[in-house]
Amino acid sequence: MKFSKDVRLFHRTKDLEVKIDQFLDALSESALVFRGAVDAYLVEGCSDQFSEKHHHVDRLESEADRLRREVETQLYTQTLIPESRGDVLGLLENLDHIINLIEGVFWSFDVEKPEVPDHCIEGFQALVTASCDAVEAVVLASRAFFRNIEAVGDHNHKVVYFETEADKASTRLKRKIFESDFDLATKIHLREFAEKIDDIADWSEDVADRLAIYVIKRTV
Amino acid sequence: MDITILIFLSSGLFLGWALGANDAANVFGTAVGSGMVRFTTAAIVCSVFVILGAVISGAGTTETLGKLGAINTLPGSFMAAFAAAFAVYLMTKTGLPVSTSQAIVGAIIGWNLFSGTPTETKTLANILSTWVLCPVLAAVFSAIIYKLVVGPIRHTKLHLLRRDTYTRIGLILAGVVGSYSLGANNIANVVGVFVPANPFTDFNITETWVFSGTQQLFLLGSIAIGVGVFTYSKRVMMTVGSNLLPLSPIAAWVAVVSHSIVLFLFASQGLEAILQSQGLPTIPLVPVSSSQAVVGAVIGIALIRGGRGIQWGVLGKIGLGWIVTPFIACAFCVLGLYFLKNVFDQAVFN
Repeated sequence: MKFSKDVRLFHRTKDLEVKIDQFLDALSESALVFRGAVDAYLVEGCSDQFSEKHHHVDRLESEADRLRREVETQLYTQTLIPESRGDVLGLLENLDHIINLIEGVFWSFDVEKPEVPDHCIEGFQALVTASCDAVEAVVLASRAFFRNIEAVGDHNHKVVYFETEADKASTRLKRKIFESDFDLATKIHLREFAEKIDDIADWSEDVADRLAIYVIKRTV
Repeated sequence: MDITILIFLSSGLFLGWALGANDAANVFGTAVGSGMVRFTTAAIVCSVFVILGAVISGAGTTETLGKLGAINTLPGSFMAAFAAAFAVYLMTKTGLPVSTSQAIVGAIIGWNLFSGTPTETKTLANILSTWVLCPVLAAVFSAIIYKLVVGPIRHTKLHLLRRDTYTRIGLILAGVVGSYSLGANNIANVVGVFVPANPFTDFNITETWVFSGTQQLFLLGSIAIGVGVFTYSKRVMMTVGSNLLPLSPIAAWVAVVSHSIVLFLFASQGLEAILQSQGLPTIPLVPVSSSQAVVGAVIGIALIRGGRGIQWGVLGKIGLGWIVTPFIACAFCVLGLYFLKNVFDQAVFN
């Protein structure tokens, strides 16, 4: 009886480990798909390729939501990691928000279909690259939080670096937009997109800051 | 059984209850307080292994207490246990950490003084030395174990959840060893004073297996400890841990293991026999304080971490408790014996 209970405990732990990994995979994949989708949009607008990537991220977002809920419920109903479950919960919810931000930008492109002038394309690509790199780095930092806590700092350092790069790219892009001859409505419209993409990097940095605190709590 | 015997035993059972209520928290406090182990699991494991430890390995420390003062009548034993329980109660009431071991030693010396029995200085010196040795040894063990365990764990790259599962199992296993050691080492405090005037007789369970009168006494005492664990220790467990130094579950595990090793060292007749056969100096079999062992272990961990975060005020209080407890128990025992003898006309010594 006791033995079988212990075996079940190990099985449940393994199940949760897999779910957390799948959740992080979904986030990482969303960022990769997002990068490709914006590239596709900048070249050919709202094409089939863009729509297909949009659906892909929609599916990943739903999957991530489901996994997050299951992990949270299991952590509490099975009273696992009582010391750190509040932190894990906060971490998962904040990471989930990153996917929501990515999905939000997708919908904005899909619905608002902004016209991006040629001389701004490079600026948008640089911004998307820096933001997606920040997301990739925060996913690695989160994986390290679960398996190799000492490596969290190294990944966090990269998150901060990419967030700064995203800020720089965003400022450069906004300057370009407002120095051009477009009408004010277009300028504001494009600026909004630059800010939405930059938000992804900002939020990644916020998660990295939380992770840094969780690490301090666990090593004291 | 004569009802008066039960009345006389009641003070020992009360002391056992107090010990269970207080000292189970040393073994399972952080595990339960942090939510790693459920209270019911902790209480069952603790009670079962305290009983096993007491009945199987409780004889060694009892012998030492017997050498300090063989209280030879039941009323005398009653008052010694009652004086110790009273000292424990008084100290707990004033918020000072207390040791049943020190209380009972104080009470026995009180009986010696009242009955005019000379206190064997060698045994007393042995016991006094262990009061210092116990926390120091626990500190040394915990510092070494902490260094040996925590470093490698950091490099294992185990998933947080997997580590949590292993830590839970580790805490329960440490609790098993801790409870057994607590029973073996501290049962002498609870019913040790009743052994020379033991009302129970041996009976044969099989032809070769005799359940001795002393073991029956130990069983009764340890059941009282178990009742203390179930009825009152939860409250203590919930508040323990944050008092002296906040501990992570792994550090708590180190503290419990070190505490258990020390209690076992001071209780194991087997180890004594091995050391004797090798011609090595033996460790005195003395009931030591479980609380002081845990305090020593926690300080060992704090020191190896660089000495930050220790509440020195709490430590000072513990030191004060160390000195005051045996004196209160001794004084109250002398006073109580006087009343028992002159007012209630009981033979408190032969």
